[in-house]
Amino acid sequence: MTERAGRLLVIVVVVGTPLAVYGVRWALARSEPGATVTLHARMAEDGGWTPDHLAATVGQPLRLRLTSDDVMHGFAVGRTDLPVVNVKPGQVSEVTLTFTRPGRYVFYCTRWCGVDHWRMRGTIDVAGDPVEAAAEMPPLYVRLGLDLDAPHPASPVPAHRPSAARGARLGVAIPAAYQSLDRYRSQSPAQLWSSLRTDTRTRQLSNADVWDLVALVARSHTTPAALEEGRRLYAANCAACHGERGAGDGVMAAAIASRLRSFPRHGVTGPVDFTEPARLLGAGPALLQGKIVRGGMGTGMPYWGPIFTAAQTWALVDYVRTFQMDLEDPNE
Amino acid sequence: MRRRDLLRNRLVAAALRSRGPQLVITLAALAGLLVAIVAGLTGTPVGARNAGIVLVWIAWWALLMLVAVPFAGRGWCSVCPVPVVGEWLQRGAVLAPHGAGLGAGRRWPRALRNIWLQNAGFVLVSLFGIIVLTQPRVTGLVLLVFLAAAVATSLVFERRTFCRYLCPVGGFIGLYSQLAPVELRVRDAAVCAAHTDKTCYTGSASGYGCPWLVYPPGLTRNVDCGLCFECLRTCPYDNLALNVRPAGADLAVARGRGLDEAFKTCIMLGSALAYAAVMLGPWGGLKSAASAVGTTPWWGYAAAFLLLVFGLLPGALWLATASGGRLAGSTTTTVRSFTRFASALTPLGLAAWMAFTLSFVFANLSYVWPVLSDPLGWGWNLVGTADLAWTPYGAAILPFLQAGVLLGGLAWTGAAVRHVAADLEPQRSVVLQAAPVLSLAALLTVVFMELLVA
Repeated sequence: MTERAGRLLVIVVVVGTPLAVYGVRWALARSEPGATVTLHARMAEDGGWTPDHLAATVGQPLRLRLTSDDVMHGFAVGRTDLPVVNVKPGQVSEVTLTFTRPGRYVFYCTRWCGVDHWRMRGTIDVAGDPVEAAAEMPPLYVRLGLDLDAPHPASPVPAHRPSAARGARLGVAIPAAYQSLDRYRSQSPAQLWSSLRTDTRTRQLSNADVWDLVALVARSHTTPAALEEGRRLYAANCAACHGERGAGDGVMAAAIASRLRSFPRHGVTGPVDFTEPARLLGAGPALLQGKIVRGGMGTGMPYWGPIFTAAQTWALVDYVRTFQMDLEDPNE
Repeated sequence: MRRRDLLRNRLVAAALRSRGPQLVITLAALAGLLVAIVAGLTGTPVGARNAGIVLVWIAWWALLMLVAVPFAGRGWCSVCPVPVVGEWLQRGAVLAPHGAGLGAGRRWPRALRNIWLQNAGFVLVSLFGIIVLTQPRVTGLVLLVFLAAAVATSLVFERRTFCRYLCPVGGFIGLYSQLAPVELRVRDAAVCAAHTDKTCYTGSASGYGCPWLVYPPGLTRNVDCGLCFECLRTCPYDNLALNVRPAGADLAVARGRGLDEAFKTCIMLGSALAYAAVMLGPWGGLKSAASAVGTTPWWGYAAAFLLLVFGLLPGALWLATASGGRLAGSTTTTVRSFTRFASALTPLGLAAWMAFTLSFVFANLSYVWPVLSDPLGWGWNLVGTADLAWTPYGAAILPFLQAGVLLGGLAWTGAAVRHVAADLEPQRSVVLQAAPVLSLAALLTVVFMELLVA
């Protein structure tokens, strides 16, 4: 081998190796159809999504290459039925999104990757001609003008867990006024109990019987499918803080409580314990809807408004109620 | 066992004298190093999916510690890509001498002509070991710093000063190369004595003077010979031999051993203990402390590590040699006993590193296959292996392999300790001289067994 050949070989290796790496990248990128965005996921405390803002056009596919730079994450777009994608560390998952309506969408992590998991969100602005649609009404809690942060203790509370099945077996006809969905969602179970307690048509019942009627009313405003959907959403999005059984003892609870000791907000000391009757029976469905949609404003409770559809939020509200009441179908 | 000169085989001799094969292998290694640096600095930060971590700390490290060092000593140094760029610039040539180079050719300060800086460099890297081994950016940076330091050193100082006095990896390879079953030596010292030009050291038109600053006829141990084979090219009398020899033959050599090498033995043993405890042990707090660089727990870990490698282990060995000498009524100075007995612990040190390497290589080797297809974690699938799942290998046999290696290391160290004792004070009781050091070696083996096998 001559010196000249040796030098040439050295130059080929020293210059060619890095060039080859980027050459392969360039060639592979060119072979991909259409515009592709590589989206990196990191735990929120390390930056969350990069980029965290995407743009798309109605009817045109948005091709994403998703990769995690640390732990397993998930990718989903709120308020849509677009597919949920696992985002694996150091690997690339691909997904193509096609939007049918313009607007701003929120994409988010679906895996509990850390205490700030819920902060892993980004936005997709979808351009296109505005679609004629019925104006969406403000959420019920807004229309009612509820103060979401005001204390709402229930008093009295039931001595035993209320049961819709027992309420049905009482054979008492619940006055129609209490059957209205708007009224049910607007008042707390404790308020409903007080009304029934003083109503001449149900005055003869014991306190426990009246609580069972309250459960029966709650049961009449949900369905097994909604409760199942609520259970699924709760397990995926809420259990890490509030606990699988709603006792406020999820895997992230200690970390959140620790933060709240340093930065107290509204007297909240940690994730709410849904098994505490005074707290949950004093909160009506509209109030719970507000808590879910708006979030806890500095308490660590995320805002889910851009993520859940209205139906999903109500399903979740119905499921949360099961931490205080047995809502099994009276006919089963 | 008699020595067998591999250079008597004409094909082997021709292959080693020619610069072509060595250059090609070195360039392949250089390409790998560049890929590792590029991947480390710009690829995915997920270590298990980044070539910077997987190819360097799993594939290369396994080859180095399980094959190259035990069987070829400094064989890796002969094709190491780190110093070659600087060396080419220094020489102004890639192959044989060819015009003037860029190197200033200054001599390395006399006070630093030892391996203390290599010891310090290894300890420094080890202090940050867990982040170096798991974070691609850090690995990429470390490799880049190595490369830059080698180039800078070559441009200022003569020959391979970087390899001889600075490279932290070269330091321990040199230590353990004493155990290898190969050596480069002169065939007939009388021929060298009569050769006035000493071209093996001064160089000639055929090749360079020993890049490792060694006078080949003076070679009695492998420690400082980088197996670059320049002396094969410059010796006009074909007086060099590449011998297959009894493994560990250098341990019998008393000459040239200093405190720097004795401390190197302790540093390597202590580092193996620390790595095994941090990376394989069940102590989450220890792992967190070692990872949280700059925090109070990390400073505590760093202090404990430094105390272990510079205080406890050398102190224990010093006490063992001193007490052995006192028991036997030895008149040898403790410093001399310390350096000699430290050399006897090198088989145990290598065995500990091999056992440690076996544990993570068996567990993590399957990370190599996806990285071959997707070295930067960019979603490539070059050879169709990107989606192969992680699978630990050989879980059933691993503990037996590790135990065998450790016990083999202990037995070898036992034999070496006995030899050193007999060599130091042949008229005194070998058992009394050796017993404390042997007890220390046995204790260390038990600890390694507990950490690595149990």
